[in-house]
Amino acid sequence: MSLPNSNLPVTILSGYLGSGKTTLVNAMLRQANGKRLAIMVNEFGDLPIDADLIEAEGDDLIALAGGCVCCSYGDDLTAALAQMAAMQPPPDHIVLEASGVALPGAIAASLSLMQGIETAGVVVLADVGQIEGQLANAYIGDTVMRQLAAADLVLLSKVDRAEEAQICRVGEVVLAQSCGAAMIEVAQGDVPLEVVLFPPALRARQAGQPHGNAAGLTRAVEHPQGSINAEAYAKALASERVVIRAKGHVLTPEGMRTVQVVGDQWEVRTAPDGVQTGVVSIRITQDLASA
Amino acid sequence: MITIYAAAKIITMNPAHPHTTHVAVRDGRILGTGTLEELAGWGDYTLDQRFADKVLMPGLIEAHSHLMEGSLWAYTYVGFFDRMSPEGEMQKGCKNLEDVLAKLSEAEARIEDPDAPMPAWSLDPIYFDNVRVTRADLDRVSSTRPIGIMHASGHILNVNTRALELAGLLRTGVNHDGVPLGQDGMPTGELKGPDVMTPVSPHVGFDRDMLACDETGMIRFGKLCVRAGVTTATDLANKLPPEVVALFTDVAGRKTYPARIVSLRFHHGVSPQELIEHAEALKLQSTDMMRLGKIKVVVDGSIQGFSARLREPGYYNGAPNGLWYISPEHLEYILEQALARGLHVNTHTNGDQATQLVIETMERALRKHPSADHRFVLQHCQLADVAQFRKMAKLGLCVNLFANHHFYWGDEHYRLTVGPERAERMNAAGTALREGVPMAIHSDAPITPLGPLFTAWCAVNRLTASGRTLGEADKISVSQALHAITLGAAYTLHMDGEVGSIEAGKRADFAVLEDDPEKIGGEKLKDVAVWGTVQAGRVFAVHDL
Repeated sequence: MSLPNSNLPVTILSGYLGSGKTTLVNAMLRQANGKRLAIMVNEFGDLPIDADLIEAEGDDLIALAGGCVCCSYGDDLTAALAQMAAMQPPPDHIVLEASGVALPGAIAASLSLMQGIETAGVVVLADVGQIEGQLANAYIGDTVMRQLAAADLVLLSKVDRAEEAQICRVGEVVLAQSCGAAMIEVAQGDVPLEVVLFPPALRARQAGQPHGNAAGLTRAVEHPQGSINAEAYAKALASERVVIRAKGHVLTPEGMRTVQVVGDQWEVRTAPDGVQTGVVSIRITQDLASA
Repeated sequence: MITIYAAAKIITMNPAHPHTTHVAVRDGRILGTGTLEELAGWGDYTLDQRFADKVLMPGLIEAHSHLMEGSLWAYTYVGFFDRMSPEGEMQKGCKNLEDVLAKLSEAEARIEDPDAPMPAWSLDPIYFDNVRVTRADLDRVSSTRPIGIMHASGHILNVNTRALELAGLLRTGVNHDGVPLGQDGMPTGELKGPDVMTPVSPHVGFDRDMLACDETGMIRFGKLCVRAGVTTATDLANKLPPEVVALFTDVAGRKTYPARIVSLRFHHGVSPQELIEHAEALKLQSTDMMRLGKIKVVVDGSIQGFSARLREPGYYNGAPNGLWYISPEHLEYILEQALARGLHVNTHTNGDQATQLVIETMERALRKHPSADHRFVLQHCQLADVAQFRKMAKLGLCVNLFANHHFYWGDEHYRLTVGPERAERMNAAGTALREGVPMAIHSDAPITPLGPLFTAWCAVNRLTASGRTLGEADKISVSQALHAITLGAAYTLHMDGEVGSIEAGKRADFAVLEDDPEKIGGEKLKDVAVWGTVQAGRVFAVHDL
């Protein structure tokens, strides 16, 4: 079994104005840890990136710490995506921040028409204090519903500013709109990067779970000792229900191999030169998995 | 140097002197109107008799067009209706698919480079019993050269197999509402909606920025203005980067350029804050011939594309509600800031829910920033009902109705999009005037051809292409229609003090007509022949173009 990862993955970040997309993007950049993220925003208006992360600013491209970039796509998403995909070296992952009224399902459909890129998933943020009002709004209610309905993962944001009862009530409302998407509660964008980048994996693992939160996700680094069978190792990780995402390098009798797991899918490839052993995995804690 | 023009009749649009026979002009401005004796008092003059058998009107004003109308003529026209090219060639309409293919083949044979893309425009299968055009049809023109035809509505692109191949879409497994598939599981070549058109359109030779216009296109646009009697025209949605401003200012400022251009900065691609800042900076760069500093906000999509935002009961065929192209919060910011800083905003709203949003937002914004004379314009505003027009009047909003739409797509609106009752009230010019809303009417060229006298005919007769009268109660009179394409349009642009009527002190802008629009009869208004124009005192004859 192999992951269709020859294409550049794009995660679509959606959510109405003020739902916390900017905060999340900055939190993601702080976790990038060598992964080259390309952040695409509609426009640079309210500069979407914290100043300390910025290395150099151009008209439509901002160079960020750690080889990440941020660009604005304005009214020509197709051209901007092609430009990102053509960057040398190419980014590892594109995070496309949709405008507040854009429909992420329509964006994903458009991405499916482009060569060399593919949608890794749709993450929709919902502000726990605002989303009920937005859903009830005569003008934007149906737009917000359509955003939630397209989600693989809903991040119920700003839970640090809400009471537990409110979080529970709003969580139910949001889940009812989001057709089986996974949902986790977040504050200040505190959610593991891998979960946002590959949201369907969590959806597969957390199907039917009413509540989860980022605190219920753990990040671990394993260093398998000696020379091992990479395929067996990857398959074992993929079969663990609590593992939603893993990536890293292991030593095999044939040399170094890169192992990648997304949900129950796995892949082993020849590793690039000069890498060290070590596999990062994101797991759902047991209580969350069995809740 | 004073020139006094004698005419068979001068329709001034000045109620104090509605008709006269002479107008005196100096340095591009009107000194006065009246009899030769009355004007002789200004001093030495040359009497110019060339319009002695013509009718002069104030130069016509197109308050909603796009300069792109000029650039499209570089491509093959395959529309259903006969259409005059800028150079004066009457291009015959294509009455069926075979006509379209024959015209394309003829144009194809003239292109030397075998790989060069071939763009064409204004296809309208609505008039061929809605036959679905496929890539196989276009492959008969060429299987090696990418071909793309933009539909008249601007919402659908038909391409051939080669174009799909270049765009990477000649494959199975394409899963998109806007990409219909054939029996073989491959795209048929019909691409519906901007999301699927933009990735392919560069491969068939359309500019990425569909609203872009180059120097040649702008010059052609000027020629179309002369043919239509237009002396002031808008370019309603432009990003206006510095190089475009420089080009437009240069071209429009040439002695040979026949139209004053008003180009609006549209909101796409920049934040509301940047939009306001850019509009303020542009305002300072405004010149007599190149007016800048106005803002265009696109609120929703189009009715025939089912992307307009409708209130209850929604689309007649049950299609889901359309799309917002701006959030209510950003709209509110723009309206408030524009009111506070004296910037002029034009909002595109097709559906009545989008119109309602602008009305309600405007009411709140005006409470914060009262403005006695903002004249913000609701553009298109096709579905507004009587209550909305009453509210617009109270709030000081103007409206610019898409009268031509009625003729070209009224039958579709009746049958498919909004159904009979609301199709009757679309572009309700009669209601707007009864309720006291300052009104202009428009072509949205290139969506429909530039030609205010045709637009006036549409508003007077409210006929659809099939001959159905749609909305008897919203017909307007010939004099109301002539006002809408002159002083009415000027008012919505805050330019009624300088253009729109023939009066002392105003710009010497005239439409020179062979026929008298006040005498020819409402049903023949579109047949009024245009001799040319006078723009800022310069004479432009159609036969010299």
